[in-house]
Amino acid sequence: MTPTPLTHLQSLEAESIEILREVAASFERPVMMYSIGKDSSVLLHLARKAFFPSKIPFPLLHVDTTFKFKEMIAFRDRTAEEYGFDLITHTNQDGVRDGINPFDHGSSRYTDIMKTAALRQALNAGRYDAAIGGARRDEEKSRAKERVFSHRNASHAWDPKNQRPELWRTFNTRLNPGESMRVFPISNWTELDVWTYIYAENIPIVPLYFAKPRPVVERSGTLIMVDDERLPLAQGETPRHETVRFRTLGCYPLTGAIRSNAADLPSIIMEMQASRTSEREGRLIDSDSVGSMEKKKQEGYF
Amino acid sequence: MTLAMATPDTNLDLWLAQQTDKSLLRFLTCGSVDDGKSTLIGRLLYDSQLILDDQLASLKKESHNRTVGDEGIDFSLLVDGLAAEREQGITIDVAYRFFSTDKRKFIVADTPGHEQYTRNMATGASNADLALLLVDARKGLLTQTRRHSFILSLVGVKHVVLVVNKIDLVGYDQAIFDQIEADYRAFAGDLGFQTLAAVPVSALRGDNILANSERMPWFKGTPLVPYLETIEVAQDKAAQPFRFPVQWVNRPNLDFRGFSGTVASGEVKVGDEVLVAASRKPAKIARVVTMDGDLDSAIAGQAVTLVLDREIDVSRGDVLAHPGAVPEFSNQFQARLVWMNDEPAYQGRSYLLKVGSQTVPATITDIKFRTNVNTLEHVAANKLDLNEVGTVTIATDRAIAFDPYADNPLTGGFILIDRLSNATLAAGTISFGLRRAQNLTYQSFDVNRQVRAEQKGQEAQIVWFTGLSGSGKSTIANLLEKRLTAEGRHCYILDGDNVRHGLNKDLGFTEAARVENIRRVAEVAKLMADAGLIVLVSFISPFEKERQLAREIAGDIRFTEVYVDTSLEVAERRDPKGLYAKARRGEIKNFTGIDSPFEVPTTPDVTLHGGQEEPAAMADKLHDWLKI
Repeated sequence: MTPTPLTHLQSLEAESIEILREVAASFERPVMMYSIGKDSSVLLHLARKAFFPSKIPFPLLHVDTTFKFKEMIAFRDRTAEEYGFDLITHTNQDGVRDGINPFDHGSSRYTDIMKTAALRQALNAGRYDAAIGGARRDEEKSRAKERVFSHRNASHAWDPKNQRPELWRTFNTRLNPGESMRVFPISNWTELDVWTYIYAENIPIVPLYFAKPRPVVERSGTLIMVDDERLPLAQGETPRHETVRFRTLGCYPLTGAIRSNAADLPSIIMEMQASRTSEREGRLIDSDSVGSMEKKKQEGYF
Repeated sequence: MTLAMATPDTNLDLWLAQQTDKSLLRFLTCGSVDDGKSTLIGRLLYDSQLILDDQLASLKKESHNRTVGDEGIDFSLLVDGLAAEREQGITIDVAYRFFSTDKRKFIVADTPGHEQYTRNMATGASNADLALLLVDARKGLLTQTRRHSFILSLVGVKHVVLVVNKIDLVGYDQAIFDQIEADYRAFAGDLGFQTLAAVPVSALRGDNILANSERMPWFKGTPLVPYLETIEVAQDKAAQPFRFPVQWVNRPNLDFRGFSGTVASGEVKVGDEVLVAASRKPAKIARVVTMDGDLDSAIAGQAVTLVLDREIDVSRGDVLAHPGAVPEFSNQFQARLVWMNDEPAYQGRSYLLKVGSQTVPATITDIKFRTNVNTLEHVAANKLDLNEVGTVTIATDRAIAFDPYADNPLTGGFILIDRLSNATLAAGTISFGLRRAQNLTYQSFDVNRQVRAEQKGQEAQIVWFTGLSGSGKSTIANLLEKRLTAEGRHCYILDGDNVRHGLNKDLGFTEAARVENIRRVAEVAKLMADAGLIVLVSFISPFEKERQLAREIAGDIRFTEVYVDTSLEVAERRDPKGLYAKARRGEIKNFTGIDSPFEVPTTPDVTLHGGQEEPAAMADKLHDWLKI
């Protein structure tokens, strides 16, 4: 009897597991970035599978900008407790002291300080030699060019013009002192793959992905959820309740909601299939300028 | 068009099943620069309606002042993602794109056409089942067309579609297409592709992409997308011999010891007897563990954890196989290399070799020939430059388990890594193991190094002097030998100039020759130390890698690296042999310190300051340090 060949999703899953194991076997101090979004949920699920019955042999790191949705933080703490992984959270205390926020300092400066610089601080503090992230090649053009094992110099910068060749699945994991690796196990997944996998494997995700009435304000065509009292309201601007959900999650003042009635996974997948805009459109930081993601990555952003 | 975006009906499970049941085709686009690879991929994405509204809007804005098709879009902008690429209008690195039709999911690697980025093309090809090789109808076959074809064959891409693009710019002329196809078939005959089809297209205008174009009624073949949807590329990997490279030892507690990895080929069942390829130790499969529950068996491509029925020594890098169908196990093999670094490959230089999960030091023992990518002729070579392809023999420091690449790419493909910079230097494919490695074992004699050295009342060892010409190496070595001999020790000096008069008189001063020079001297020093002697080697040995190689050849013999640190000014002022003066006049080429570099040792055991101290004082200091 010939065994059934692996399906598309099974091959993707196996490829990701192999990458995660390679990290655990090849690096001294790996860490997995945990952003609490759906891609992170998939990554966490894959890591649990990769090392079963062992525990995940590296910590998860969450860079907390202090402006994440409240529901994200609650989900993070609940998940860490349920699965018993080692969770490290880091906030740029310099930024907190200087009162850095996206309203007064602009999204670009805020992201630089509270995300990119914070990430560098956390990676340096932990002396991590490999940081696993949930980026996918279908998300954005510069990500489509990135290796699975993406080499960073001692200041965490990416050199897109000089990437190491990456042959087959024979990954070069070697580093000189101070250098590090970013590793992207779900590079070859598409957004649809992620959602179908979440559905097929019944993976828990933050409820913000599901539609429900939420308090929002509309600014230049983008729906911003009023998650707490820190969001400054313009004169005459009052939050109204609309049935919305999020396709992507980040800092609440920088993440646009979409009007939707998709309250469960099947509806989300159907809605996504019919949609005509890309996932990152809801992220305000990408649209600053053409090539902005590449610039951020060169500076050490994921 | 067969639409990927068919809105799922209410029966989501059925729709999802259709999604996951689709087969996956990984292909790449390659060919020379400006043949329109990025435009073709943009066209495929556009026609499969995968370009989303916000992307389309920003594309139309950016397409201003560029060559556009009927839709007003420069499709190449969709895929050239790096700022430098958009500025220069070229593709530097491989980009991965995803699209699907009713029948298949596709992962496309768009690879660069410029020769200098060939390594990125090889990266894209190494995971592809099929290649779209583009040719500009106006230009026909170019060197890069041939180079890429050769690399495709080298990394084992079995299916090729010759896409003759820009056919609109030659008036949809059948004769031109036929000629290009005939030229290509003549060239590719020896490259071992299983299927080869040719399609005339205009990526910009969409001719012969989804359907047969009315503008080319003479073309009776299958248009591009229907061809990609139906071609059969699946190899029956499950039917091949079982290979399981152990990636990670899974040991959560004392009661569980499993071996995690991905089945590279074949199938394994609970109860099967397996062997560790290196030690030939047998065991039976007790469990196939996954988080979703134990399995009865695992097939190629599955990532699992195997538990054996008994405690045997297995670690990362080991390969499990069935008895009777084990991989080769050897420390020498012949291979083909694509060289990917600015610094050339030399015989005798030591690298790290990674195959599967095994990493070992390895040396290119012989560059047999380089292949001319235009003519496929074999050309004599003593080095391989960037983007050159060569056939070599490689010796690894210890035996490794492997298969010929043609039998199993996952256990027969390897990379070479630079030992200092850690750069990936080359992609290699193993052709076959060399029998002599299996048959040639070291003779072991009863009288060994230890015995011979004890007879002389000393510890056999190598003292390796490095430094510029005129730095004082030979003077110090001479003084040290005199003192040791007076003390009743048995020494011998191997001197650079003297050895070049005899053993190495066939070698010049190019980098390749210097590497070989050092290798031979290190081997001779090792033999002499094996005879129980204290060997003093006085060689400029300007390259860190060769000094490292010498240390490795010495193996467990005590090896002391002595750096005679004399500045170029001092050495040149002394110029005992008048060589610096000649080099300055251009009468000697490749002279260390003048027009060839000296790499200062990073971790010498002893540093002597040649410009500041007297030779006798330095020899005494070294003598005290060595405690011979």
